Amino acid sequence: MFDLTINTDVAHQILVGFIKSEVTRVGYSRALINLSGGLDSAISCVLAVDALGAENVFALRLPYRTSAKDSLEHAQLIIDKYRLQSETIDITDMVDPLIKRDPNMSNTRKGNIMARVRMIALYDQTEVFKGLPIGTSNKTEILLGYSTLWGDMASAINPIGDLYKTQIRQLARAIDVPAPIIDKPPSADLWVGQTDEGELGFTYEEVDKVLYLLVDQRYSPQECVEEGFSEKFVNLVITRIRRNQFKRMMPPIAKLSNRTIGYDFLYLRDWGT
Amino acid sequence: MKLNLSLAQIATKLGDVEANLEKHLTYIKQAKRQGTDLLVFPELSLTGYVLQDLVASVAHKPTEDDPVFKHLLKASRDLDLVVGFVDEDARHRFYIASAYLSGGTVMHVHHKVYLPTYGLFDEGRFFAWGDSIRSFDTRFGRVGMLICEDFWHASPPYLLWLDGADIMLFSSASPGRGLTDKEKLESARWVERVSKAYASMFTSFVAHCNRVGFEDGLLFWGGATVNDPNGELLVQGPYFEESLTSTEIDLNQLRRTRARLPLLRDERTALVQKEMDRILSRV
Repeated sequence: MFDLTINTDVAHQILVGFIKSEVTRVGYSRALINLSGGLDSAISCVLAVDALGAENVFALRLPYRTSAKDSLEHAQLIIDKYRLQSETIDITDMVDPLIKRDPNMSNTRKGNIMARVRMIALYDQTEVFKGLPIGTSNKTEILLGYSTLWGDMASAINPIGDLYKTQIRQLARAIDVPAPIIDKPPSADLWVGQTDEGELGFTYEEVDKVLYLLVDQRYSPQECVEEGFSEKFVNLVITRIRRNQFKRMMPPIAKLSNRTIGYDFLYLRDWGT
Repeated sequence: MKLNLSLAQIATKLGDVEANLEKHLTYIKQAKRQGTDLLVFPELSLTGYVLQDLVASVAHKPTEDDPVFKHLLKASRDLDLVVGFVDEDARHRFYIASAYLSGGTVMHVHHKVYLPTYGLFDEGRFFAWGDSIRSFDTRFGRVGMLICEDFWHASPPYLLWLDGADIMLFSSASPGRGLTDKEKLESARWVERVSKAYASMFTSFVAHCNRVGFEDGLLFWGGATVNDPNGELLVQGPYFEESLTSTEIDLNQLRRTRARLPLLRDERTALVQKEMDRILSRV
């Protein structure tokens, strides 16, 4: 019932095929990744390497002055392992002028600015390297809305958005992501000492089980409680899912005409390819 | 009698009928070279699957003067073909369709009767529902065709069986879903299970041809199969990649199996009809 175990060979085969197909069918052969030093971007990067070849994957390291030192080192482990082309751009000079305008700025605002500046740097490099930016958001964070809209969520395609964090860990072990990256506590690294689980108030292992029951298995909230989860926790998760629906959609367009983008102008992105 | 059957599990270009026709002709050429008698393509093999607002622009009529079908009909002089397309009727209703072509003529067109409109599927929004399930005669005996969701329901294969089909040709554009710890996706396991079950219960040949390739995030899983009247798997294509999967089927197996296991002989159709009348008259 709580078994989130995946066949990592099948997952790897599908996700590599997805990247290869969706990058090449629109005329590209290359991809770029913001390599944060964390697990999600490491796994997206390895999948892109397996899909397109290491020579066609460009890694960006985008540290801020407070970023943990091991974030850079862990990103370098991937760059060295696959001998990737890479660039390191310190975003402090881009971020700080905006932060300095408001001495009372919250950590959330600062974090959002950093995430969005990283997006700008990533998309800018796509023009230089002539590739598509690969997404690094997993299913857990997409459902919980634990991400920055138009920031770290921005990408051309996302290979890992249907894998929960615990499944990402499983896949990472199977495809030999360096152990220090798998073993460290997940962190957005937006301020000193930040960890995902500390900020969220629960562990990925706990929340993935509830998400799996609610979303994948279509359990009612009451049925989740009967499976042993506290009502408070279940309701917290449901509220987060609902309140963050806006992050999972393009902005709705007010309908005026008979044919409106998003409602009755319906084509896949792969139209004609 | 022996029949060389081939299943072309191809990837398609979404909405690009010309490019897809080219691929059909390439596979037909290859199949012809290896002596194929009957070549089956997947659901919507000429158009791609998630068509949405592309439906009207990719529709064709299976006639000799149609710019797509004239090539396929010509090719069917060499080997029999099953192709998937969007059929537009005289009153401009659009159907998900399979056409059986042989000797330069259209032997049969099946319109998909079950349009999944739930979960990730939205066919009922864009297509008209087919309203007949018929077997038809070919040079290999009587054949029935179904398209994907048609055989997720038990009644269409059952009706084809009673209508004389000894060879059932299933075509799909089945998106892979249900990743677990197992080696096969749930959707693949389900389809393989029912294909085998129909072959066993109806003591018939059941061939299934599913497409491959991606459309946005959807992956079609391929894995074409042929099961014989004993429910034994004769051949299986690979998952996820294009392939021409071929096998020789021995139609005499129908006689041997049914001599041993006379399920068709013993099927009590009058009883079925009586009970159906009773059940349906209640509502």
